Amino acid sequence: MVELIAKTPCEGLLPLTVGGVSLTEDLPVSLTMITVRKERLEACSELLKSAHGMAMPKPNRATGTTDARAVWFGRDQALLVGPAVNWSLKNEATVVDQSDAWAVARLEGGGAEEVLARLVPVDLRGASFKRGHTARTMLGHMMVSVTRVGEQAFQIMTFRSMAKTLVHDLQRAMESVASRG
Amino acid sequence: MRLTCPHCGERDRREFYYQGDAVALNRPGPDASDVVWDDYLHNRDNPAGMTRDLWYHEGGCGAWIVVTRNTLTHEVLATELASDVKEVSA
Repeated sequence: MVELIAKTPCEGLLPLTVGGVSLTEDLPVSLTMITVRKERLEACSELLKSAHGMAMPKPNRATGTTDARAVWFGRDQALLVGPAVNWSLKNEATVVDQSDAWAVARLEGGGAEEVLARLVPVDLRGASFKRGHTARTMLGHMMVSVTRVGEQAFQIMTFRSMAKTLVHDLQRAMESVASRG
Repeated sequence: MRLTCPHCGERDRREFYYQGDAVALNRPGPDASDVVWDDYLHNRDNPAGMTRDLWYHEGGCGAWIVVTRNTLTHEVLATELASDVKEVSA
């Protein structure tokens, strides 16, 4: 019998602290894509509320809390980050397990905004990008999902295969921000 | 250059992929004549002024967007979801 070794997406890469900013890996139990037709959106939102305690997020928003969060992930789509999904959602939406597909990182600290400003072409400063706001955008050349999850904390998701690039790009930006003192 | 995605709001040009003339939304029917198909496939205007293109928000939400812009002034005049444009014309 071959012994397979389970590895997390950022195994051997994180955690990392540079200056006042830390980059750590988040390991949600499950990641689930919820894709819903326009006419079913309301019913799906109600079902999501009763199953996981949050409504379907509007574009550019995330609902829920640290343990269970629904992040807007594109047109008519939300990604449930956290708990194992309640499959009854299938009654109103298309539900797909994507737990192994994404690397989830958390960038936190006083300089987090400055770090992301070097890589992401969206204004992520507190005045325009508040807690609960999310963006599908780019980090360097990678497609990412960025969500503000705290005053000075961001959740950054990218394809699992890009985890090393994500950490590399963020580390360089963190070092560059730190070197300016 | 900045484009306003109907979902995501104003975004940098680097998040978008340029497809070409929005004529792709007006595909002729299968029974259309050779002349019509030839025109649809090969002939494009090169306007000095208002033009309508299809852009793909690949670095964002994945929406296809019809962008109306002016090639003389580089003004972006309007952006709409391609699906909405298609629905209206249907």
